[in-house]
Amino acid sequence: MRLTQGTFSFLPDLTDDQIRAQIEYCLEQGWAMSIEYTDDPHPRNTYWEMHGNPMFDLHDAAGVMVELVDARATFPRHYIKVNAFDSTKGIESLRLSFIVHRPDPEPGFTLERHEVEGRHIRYTVRAYATDRPQGERYP
Amino acid sequence: MLVTSLPWRMESQHERSADRYRAGVLKYAQMGYWDPDYEPKETDVLALFRITPQEGVDPQEAAAAVAGESSTATWTVVWTDRLTAADVYRAKAYKVEPVPNSTEQYFAYIAYDIDLFEPGSIANLTASIIGNVFGFKPLKALRLEDMRFPVAYVKTFDGPPTGIVVERERLDKFGRPLLGATTKPKLGLSGRNYGRVVYEALKGGLDFTKDDENINSQPFMHWRDRFGFVMEAVNRASAASGEVKGHYLNVTGATMEDVYERAEFAKELGSVVVMIDLVIGYTAIQSISKWARRNDMLLHLHRAGASTYTRQKNHGISFRVIAKWMRLAGVDHIHAGTVVGKLEGDPNTIRGFYNILREPYNPSDLESGLHFDQDWAGMRKVMPVASGGIHAGQMHQLLTYLGDDVVLQFGGGTIGHPMGIQAGAIANRVALEAMVLARNEGRDIWNEGPDILAAAARTCQPLKAALDTWGEVTFDYTSTDTPDFVPTPTPA
Repeated sequence: MRLTQGTFSFLPDLTDDQIRAQIEYCLEQGWAMSIEYTDDPHPRNTYWEMHGNPMFDLHDAAGVMVELVDARATFPRHYIKVNAFDSTKGIESLRLSFIVHRPDPEPGFTLERHEVEGRHIRYTVRAYATDRPQGERYP
Repeated sequence: MLVTSLPWRMESQHERSADRYRAGVLKYAQMGYWDPDYEPKETDVLALFRITPQEGVDPQEAAAAVAGESSTATWTVVWTDRLTAADVYRAKAYKVEPVPNSTEQYFAYIAYDIDLFEPGSIANLTASIIGNVFGFKPLKALRLEDMRFPVAYVKTFDGPPTGIVVERERLDKFGRPLLGATTKPKLGLSGRNYGRVVYEALKGGLDFTKDDENINSQPFMHWRDRFGFVMEAVNRASAASGEVKGHYLNVTGATMEDVYERAEFAKELGSVVVMIDLVIGYTAIQSISKWARRNDMLLHLHRAGASTYTRQKNHGISFRVIAKWMRLAGVDHIHAGTVVGKLEGDPNTIRGFYNILREPYNPSDLESGLHFDQDWAGMRKVMPVASGGIHAGQMHQLLTYLGDDVVLQFGGGTIGHPMGIQAGAIANRVALEAMVLARNEGRDIWNEGPDILAAAARTCQPLKAALDTWGEVTFDYTSTDTPDFVPTPTPA
């Protein structure tokens, strides 16, 4: 299973040159970059762990790449994504967010069906990995 | 300037002239509905009409008649005007100018005092502005081209329950257009078969699937059947991809009670979005919008019926006005044109619609048909939906014309794929992501688009098949709804 959250997950994994080009584009727009990681890929897990604060004052793609290399070395068996934040009034949200590192293999999710009254079903999406404690989820 | 608009001053003039209120018939202009010296106030509601007077009718008198019939006037003088601050309540036609390149049409600008309208009511606003006047005999035709709403009036509306920014945050999808598809065939599928199409399309890579405008509760598929099977499909696709997915469940029904019942059931089943048709009416739209706001639900609007009055330039209502009304009324998605697909869409005119829906402030821009400055005063933004005869081979054109904040809906372009529905969805998602990647890298996607798609297709067989099937399909017809002002070509 391939987790397809993020802007470019349907393309082959981006090379570092491709990642750097996207970061350069974001910095040209005046957006702040940040790096986040998780081993809980649930589609509604909004708060991945922050690999440091958003880099509001870093305007050099090479610097962001250094942070990314560090994140990969520290969390080789996690998902890692790069975000671009736009503080323009009326947006004040992410403008781009793409996965740049993923565990291998990715076991994916199961869909639990809880049968309730009548023919109703309550659905729960659950990552196989999150059966294990944080930090031990991907081999 | 302000002094001329004070009621006591005009009233005193009128008192000097008892003739004004003598029983009988006066021209509308003489009754005070034509005032070329009037300076619109910041708090006035402004409307621009395209008028085609009957032969022999003076354009200024025709404009005054429109102002009169859409505000206080009737066909004859009534003394009861004198019980009111009549000059405040009279709408004023303040400018009339010929439409460029037309011999019989005129643009008439009319100002309305804000107190003519009930706060926060599209029904009341429209009952005034388009209530009576479109059948008025001295006019051959009449079209409401544009409106300007003062901030004070904008603030009386709730606007979109979710808006573009929060929709993206809820879906956790950034940096690219969203992808959708309308389930086809639009009529006849059973609930079980219908859910199959939804599952295949969402699992393949689309973010949304959609009920069509006329899918409600028919003998072949009752609404509860559809909702149940569709939500099974949505949840299965979500588990298969790890993404939030949605299906616009059309809750349109015969009565408002039906609409609420269907919406409640959609919520109970965990849907992130419900859908309505424009034909349910403005009051019903505002009601379900408030429901959506209370229930954290995206509200998708299909503009069913709109082309009956928006398409022809001489009579009806421009869609730019409908777009403004719907942003005020409060919907999260609205179909607003594709430029390149099978339905009406001049590029400049469509840009005007998209700007109305997505921008915090619209400066007037005659090339895209925006005749007024419009401040949206922090009101949330509506996600435009591009749907109808579009396919993966047009991705560079769609991204160039429409930008990132749009839902691109490929119905036939997903379901009609030669390798199946999942393959159709994969082709669209890969084409989109490849094009966004290339644009961000600084490539000239308008010219290099076909090469970028061909390169992406080398590692994606479904995209190759899509390009082979539809790559050459275009809908190249002349638009009817085009801007009246075009830039003068400058010599190179």
